[in-house]
Amino acid sequence: MRLKDVLSPFLAWKHLFSPPVPVRKPLEREAAPRYRGFHQNDMEECIGCGTCEEICQNAAIDMVPVEGIGTRDGDSGLRPRIDYGRCCWCALCVDICTTGSLTMSNEYQWIDTDPDVFRFVPGAEAKPWDERKKGYRKPEHYELYNTERIPMEEVPPEARSKSFIEIVKGYSKAQALREADRCVECGICIATCPAHMGIPEYIKAVREDDMEQALRVLYETNPLPEVCGRICTHKCETVCSMQYKGDPISIRWLKRYIADQVPAERYEEILGADAVEQSNKKVAVIGAGPGGLSAAYYLARLGYRVNVFEERAEPGGMMRYGIPEYRLPYDQLDKDIGYIRSLGVKMTFNTRVGKDITLEQLHKDYDAVFAATGLHQGRSTRVDGADHPMVFQAIDILRDVTEGKKIEVAEKIVVIGGGNVAMDIARTLARLQNQKYGKVQLILTSLESEDIMPADLEEIVESREENVVIEPSWGPGSIKIEDGKIKGLNVIRCLSVFDEDGRFNPKFDQNETNFFEADQVIEAIGQGMDIEYMTKKFEDRLEMTPRNRVKVDIFGQSSLPWLFLGGDITGGTDAITAIADGHRAAKGIDKFLNK
Amino acid sequence: MADKNKYREKFPEKDPDGSNIIDPESHKFIKVWQGPQHPGITGNMSLELILQGDEVMHCKTHVGYLHRGFEKLMERRRFIQCFPLVCRIAVPEPDFNEYCLAATLEELAGIKVPEAAKWMRTLILEMSRLTSFLMWLGGQSGAFGLGVAGQWTNYVRDLMLDRFEEISGGRIYRMHIPPGGVRGLTPDGFRARMEETLQAVEAAMKDVDRTLFDNAVFKRRTVGLGYIPPEMVDAYGVTGPNARAAGVPKDVRRDHPYLKYPELDFDVITGNDSDVYTRTDLRRKEILLSVDLIRQIMAKMPGSGEYMAKLPNVLHWKIPRGETYIRAECTRGEYGFYTVTDGSGYPRRINVRGPSYTHAVALMEKLAVDCNIADVAGLMSSLHTYPPEIER
Repeated sequence: MRLKDVLSPFLAWKHLFSPPVPVRKPLEREAAPRYRGFHQNDMEECIGCGTCEEICQNAAIDMVPVEGIGTRDGDSGLRPRIDYGRCCWCALCVDICTTGSLTMSNEYQWIDTDPDVFRFVPGAEAKPWDERKKGYRKPEHYELYNTERIPMEEVPPEARSKSFIEIVKGYSKAQALREADRCVECGICIATCPAHMGIPEYIKAVREDDMEQALRVLYETNPLPEVCGRICTHKCETVCSMQYKGDPISIRWLKRYIADQVPAERYEEILGADAVEQSNKKVAVIGAGPGGLSAAYYLARLGYRVNVFEERAEPGGMMRYGIPEYRLPYDQLDKDIGYIRSLGVKMTFNTRVGKDITLEQLHKDYDAVFAATGLHQGRSTRVDGADHPMVFQAIDILRDVTEGKKIEVAEKIVVIGGGNVAMDIARTLARLQNQKYGKVQLILTSLESEDIMPADLEEIVESREENVVIEPSWGPGSIKIEDGKIKGLNVIRCLSVFDEDGRFNPKFDQNETNFFEADQVIEAIGQGMDIEYMTKKFEDRLEMTPRNRVKVDIFGQSSLPWLFLGGDITGGTDAITAIADGHRAAKGIDKFLNK
Repeated sequence: MADKNKYREKFPEKDPDGSNIIDPESHKFIKVWQGPQHPGITGNMSLELILQGDEVMHCKTHVGYLHRGFEKLMERRRFIQCFPLVCRIAVPEPDFNEYCLAATLEELAGIKVPEAAKWMRTLILEMSRLTSFLMWLGGQSGAFGLGVAGQWTNYVRDLMLDRFEEISGGRIYRMHIPPGGVRGLTPDGFRARMEETLQAVEAAMKDVDRTLFDNAVFKRRTVGLGYIPPEMVDAYGVTGPNARAAGVPKDVRRDHPYLKYPELDFDVITGNDSDVYTRTDLRRKEILLSVDLIRQIMAKMPGSGEYMAKLPNVLHWKIPRGETYIRAECTRGEYGFYTVTDGSGYPRRINVRGPSYTHAVALMEKLAVDCNIADVAGLMSSLHTYPPEIER
């Protein structure tokens, strides 16, 4: 044994007068800026998507209703409640949070004798650390899912500008799988979709490459998937929780992908419902548009004998006669309608109710009637010169194009309107101008400024690609006519379209004017309905709303119990709303007839 | 080694294989349970000791006090949900679990980790080794009655936890190595503060040197205690410092290089005669090596750059059918995850290979025999085991 080994340990005594080492007092010590402490949640930013609850492996998070926060489009109204008896502070909830509202403060101390207080809704119950700037935030460039949308391939402008070839090419399988992978299955979209389609469910089926299941999910709420997969206004995408950090999921294109994958011959095999008891009861449907077709499909599925009365020679309504072929090819429309007809739905074409057959007669022959006759009467601006023969209604021309009639196409055209119909007619005429003159000279002018134009953004972008000139924020003044010929459109600056209450009340600056040269003017400022076939005869018994619409309940049932209404005539604005109305009316009719 | 049998009675007689014959009816034996609450047992396990006088005649280990079923739990968790779970398998150095899980999933899913993330992971793993060794040293000296060295090393360990807190926001469970990369690089001014901490570690180790290693009591009690002959190393699955102290240069960092270790300059530390003193001394050298490696990493690692690979949506992440074994050198030896995936969104099976299983069960039962009861705690500490990883 060495002497050193005996003496050396006494060196510990040199610390005899050193201050104690834990000099930092726990209650005063501030945690690191990245510390994962108690949660903070920005109540305004949070949309209640529930991905935090989904990823938490401790089941420490529950989505609960919170006082003062209601359910609305894009917000489930629920907020995460965290149980700190279960939380392991891993911060995966912060990483996955779609809006970035959920963060963690660097506060880690909180003492209370009541164990229940450690389960609370961050942000809803005021805590001392709510305003803390320090604490764990999701690091930049660190994502637990792909935030970028898989781009959709389109036919380039030069290849499509002279023809009505379909622009959007559709996803390949690999693209669809990658796009479907992005969905976090929050289901916020379901409430916003007018038809409440099972969106996360069919996206999941895409992910699992189970097209049969996907198609079944689509048909639960929508019998026109090829159509909606192309022209739906996709309100679902406007609330998609993926949009906060990146792009919303391409829900519409995924729907199209599903429908495109399954050939029409296999529909019956996949969707063929269990044998339904055929009822002897008969239902008449007026109008073979999306509302009427949807009602017919679900009524047929319920066993009713359905006859659809259609004014035109072919079914589809606005989908065929309003929407141009480059957006919705007729063969795809026919695929959807063909399946509905295969269920035994009868269709009577070239029959206008009110002219060829009366509503009274239908009431007599059928047990219930569903009317979805749409808005087919173009509205006029009624400016000076609007009665000139070279002033047309967009809706009339679109119909004539479908029917293959000869169309007046001038060298210079002005389209008035900023909605999707205006875009449809502008792009249709641009193609026809290109075919006829080899160039496009078409101005589209709207009251609305570009940021509030009702048309879809992609319509605006694609119109420009096709050389349509867009002139927003102008109000039509008068149509200049010389020697009986149209010279152009005088416009005045539109300052605002809506008043403070959000009502349509445009304000103009008379001093700022402009002149758009044209030989032809197209009005596309909206359409009205013609429901005289209904109101004339049953005027006294049909209850109306203050806005002079037929009053209906949630099922579309009017004050005449046998008469149901839906689609654009009850305030719908698009195909998917009409489809939803048709589905609801089918349920309502079933209820009514089984009373 | 002192010939202990010199002082012993004829009892007990030996089997032909050399093990003691224990006859309870003889009333010459007494059974003592050490643990599961005994501080000398490193964590929640216990030793069932049969003594004759104060000599251990037979040792049987018991685990099961801390069974949380991580391997089974993971089979019911999505891949990303395993990430916050695995750190609990070995509390004092959770990062090896995170690394093994992340590297497993990356390999099976074909994800390439960015360079900066690899450096960051190397830093975290080496910091984790250092932190774990510092805490262990306290336990080792404490087991022989020398509490003061442990106070010093645990203080500097606390400084290391401050550095972890800066990087990751967590002191004990860092959770900084998710599959795909890391959750962030080092914050501003980190290098200076890390250097300061490393100097504090070195200063503390100087004091430990004098009080623990130049200590007559410690030497008398540990030299020759718990000797692992080199031929036992492979037979008993001994790895890490326990094996290296026996002169077997086993080190995953060198034998199966991973992360950025091939770019670091270090020699595998070995010793002669793997007794408690040699093992303690070897770990002291490992602490100094870790300090050196952290300095090397800090000098070489980039201060910026991508640190996270693009992941598929983790909420429904499916990993193709496959299997792999990923290992790393933790403080106790080879730490590995053997994983089988079946193409679903959940791991089919993850088996955690922690060195504590072999060291604390098979090896301990062998080494404890013929020890003095007073030395059992020190012997147990010298094998450096963490019971939670025995009971995954």
